[in-house]
Amino acid sequence: MNVLIYLLPMALGLGLAGLFAFLWALKSGQYNDVDGAALRVLSDDDLSGPHGEERREP
Amino acid sequence: MNETLDLSLYARRVGNGTLDMELAVDGIACGACIARIEGAVKRLPGVTEARLNYTNRRLHVCWTDGTMEPGQILQALEDSGYHGHPFVPQRVEQEEAAEARRLTRCLAVAGFAAMNIMLLSVSVWSGNVTDITPETRDFFHWASALIALPAAAYAGRPFFASAWRALKSRALNMDVPISLGVILALGMSVVETANHAEHAYFDSAIMLLFFLLIGRTLDHAMRRKTRAIAGNLTALRAETAHRFAGGELVSVPVAALKAGDRLLVKPGERVPADGTVLGGSSQVDESLITGETARRKVAPGAVIYAGSMNYSGALTLKVTAAGGAALIDEIEKLLDNAASAKSRAMRLADRASRIYAPLVHATAALTLAGWLVAGASLHDALVIAIAVLIITCPCALALAIPAVQVVASGALFRANVILNAGDAIERLAEVDTVIFDKTGTLTLPEPRAVNTAAIDPELLQMAARLALSSRHPLAVALAREARTRTPFEGAVEEPGQGVRAVIEGIEARLGSADFSGLSHTPFIPAQAGIQNQIRGSGELPPWVPACAGTSRIKDNPGHSTICFRYGARSAVIAVSQSLRPDAPNVIKALALFGLDLRILSGDRAGAVEPVARALGIESWQGGLKPADKIALIEALKSNGRRVLMVGDGLNDAPSLAAAHVSLSPISAADVTQAQADAVFLGERLRPVLDAVAIARQARGLMAENLWLAAIYNAIAVPIAIAGLVTPLIAALAMSGSSLLVTLNALRARRAPSGKEK
Repeated sequence: MNVLIYLLPMALGLGLAGLFAFLWALKSGQYNDVDGAALRVLSDDDLSGPHGEERREP
Repeated sequence: MNETLDLSLYARRVGNGTLDMELAVDGIACGACIARIEGAVKRLPGVTEARLNYTNRRLHVCWTDGTMEPGQILQALEDSGYHGHPFVPQRVEQEEAAEARRLTRCLAVAGFAAMNIMLLSVSVWSGNVTDITPETRDFFHWASALIALPAAAYAGRPFFASAWRALKSRALNMDVPISLGVILALGMSVVETANHAEHAYFDSAIMLLFFLLIGRTLDHAMRRKTRAIAGNLTALRAETAHRFAGGELVSVPVAALKAGDRLLVKPGERVPADGTVLGGSSQVDESLITGETARRKVAPGAVIYAGSMNYSGALTLKVTAAGGAALIDEIEKLLDNAASAKSRAMRLADRASRIYAPLVHATAALTLAGWLVAGASLHDALVIAIAVLIITCPCALALAIPAVQVVASGALFRANVILNAGDAIERLAEVDTVIFDKTGTLTLPEPRAVNTAAIDPELLQMAARLALSSRHPLAVALAREARTRTPFEGAVEEPGQGVRAVIEGIEARLGSADFSGLSHTPFIPAQAGIQNQIRGSGELPPWVPACAGTSRIKDNPGHSTICFRYGARSAVIAVSQSLRPDAPNVIKALALFGLDLRILSGDRAGAVEPVARALGIESWQGGLKPADKIALIEALKSNGRRVLMVGDGLNDAPSLAAAHVSLSPISAADVTQAQADAVFLGERLRPVLDAVAIARQARGLMAENLWLAAIYNAIAVPIAIAGLVTPLIAALAMSGSSLLVTLNALRARRAPSGKEK
């Protein structure tokens, strides 16, 4: 059962990493416009220039 | 006159020379609009950021100070085919956004903790029936405690805070048993773990928080969404006023007006604020305020109210109360009384918890006493009592109502009804009497040309196109008939008289009878019916005396006429309030629901009667003052009736507040809209019917869900009282009942009983 000593903290660490990733995403406004994000990914806006340099999104 | 638009009220300074502004954008139809709108605004000089939020249809723009006028943003949007309306985000909305983020964070923490603790708990449960060593079990329990205690301290705050507030005001709410259950379960589990016991209840406590937070977050998200939409609609309706600033006219948003400002109100515009007339004379249409469709003459010294339509002449106005919030004293007083009476109506969830919370506490206390009497040790009796408290915690109960509300408000939204009040669904379902206001509610808010069928289509189109060049309200009404939206070139408006233009070498004149050279106005039947019986002049002999027509029009101010002459041909077009297109059908369907339908109007009886007759509503009254309407509603209420009031005028605001539940069309006055429990969009009356149908269905589902929760308790509580509840049973029972209740709520998505296509 000694294997638990490091397996358990590892499992918790992974879970916490997921939690903090979610909290970060929430804080940085990733969920502010869920409908828009689904549509923006389809727009070819960022490829419009001949060299593809005209990236509009910050 | 070229006047500048002053939008400085809306631009906020965000440091180092950058300004930003929020705009509600109208006309967004698809995903391609995002790139088009952002592109158009970003091409403006000095714009550093333009980002459209597609979910709530709002555009955020940042630009460097001094590089451009904010008006250019509106122009850029206009050029690409959208309408932008700047607005200042409401403080309530910002607070709710913060609250939503807080709830989501709590939900995330609770979800993380619940999953990890379940991982450990499942191992313990399977270990307990096989060969887990007590040391390993203790280790797992301590690990659970390590996760559960900080997580509960964080994620439980919304419940603890609300329970504390309730206790401080010596009341009980649903959060009291929840908080007590969670805290006791955690405390007992720590003690049990320290005593190397077989069971710990960390998982139950955290799961309980997790499920409850789901319900609460959903509920909150629904309210926030409707509020954001309502906020946009307010911004879209915000109008501008012409303010004198040292001899010059500046166009300012109505929100920026202050008492004492001097304004110019042009003919065809709505009066933006309450005020006294300083100069000019005109007629104003106060149907939005009193319901009366006859126009009132105003001269210097007269008091006019925000929302009145200025008909004939330009007025100079001194603002006495800004923002349109000021009301006639009487209405304000009535409003206060009526609104406080309404807050006494209790929500279903609160009513359930009022009964439920003491029941839970009593059951737990009785269990404790019972086991002690039966000879159990204090420790065992306590463990069982706490188990009862946990298992009866209203998990399904707390989801039962919010889940239905969220789904039903989505269905209402698709039916063009936007909720203002969270509990409106419950109250809508109880309605047995519907009272309609006439002007603007049963009839369309704007007048229409009503005798179009009788006029030569070619002539009508010409008149309508000519009407495009005028701001006069009658011309605006006529212009709606125009199929071509381009005005004639060289059209000239003569103030107070009409418009003229030369079309294909022949002069066309639209306006008053004298102006159009129609010395012989046709006779208009006095009770011509509201819709269609007025004949066009084409068929009438020209020798019918002019005075007959004009005097009749004075008798019946609901109809106004506008004359048109094109060479030798002429027409008289009657403009009047007309019924919403689907009103008769909707009224019939509502009557089939077994509802008692009535009309209470502030307009003259003569104007109400034809409407009532056309709709087949037998019980109607006209010429009512706001206090009369309230008295009638109160009388109905004291007979045990639940009244739905549908109205739009300022005079309806108090009766909307007094009624059991209220609906308002989106064209209603601001104050009225604020009082209504829900607002409906569009030209049709259909949303009223849908609202009642959806609410009735939702109410049924809520009751079903409460029964499901009650059955769950009837099964689980005896097991708990018998002392047989293990954490496994608690977890299964709780998630099972929550899932069942949520799935049942999803049935509200379906349109009510096959009435919708």
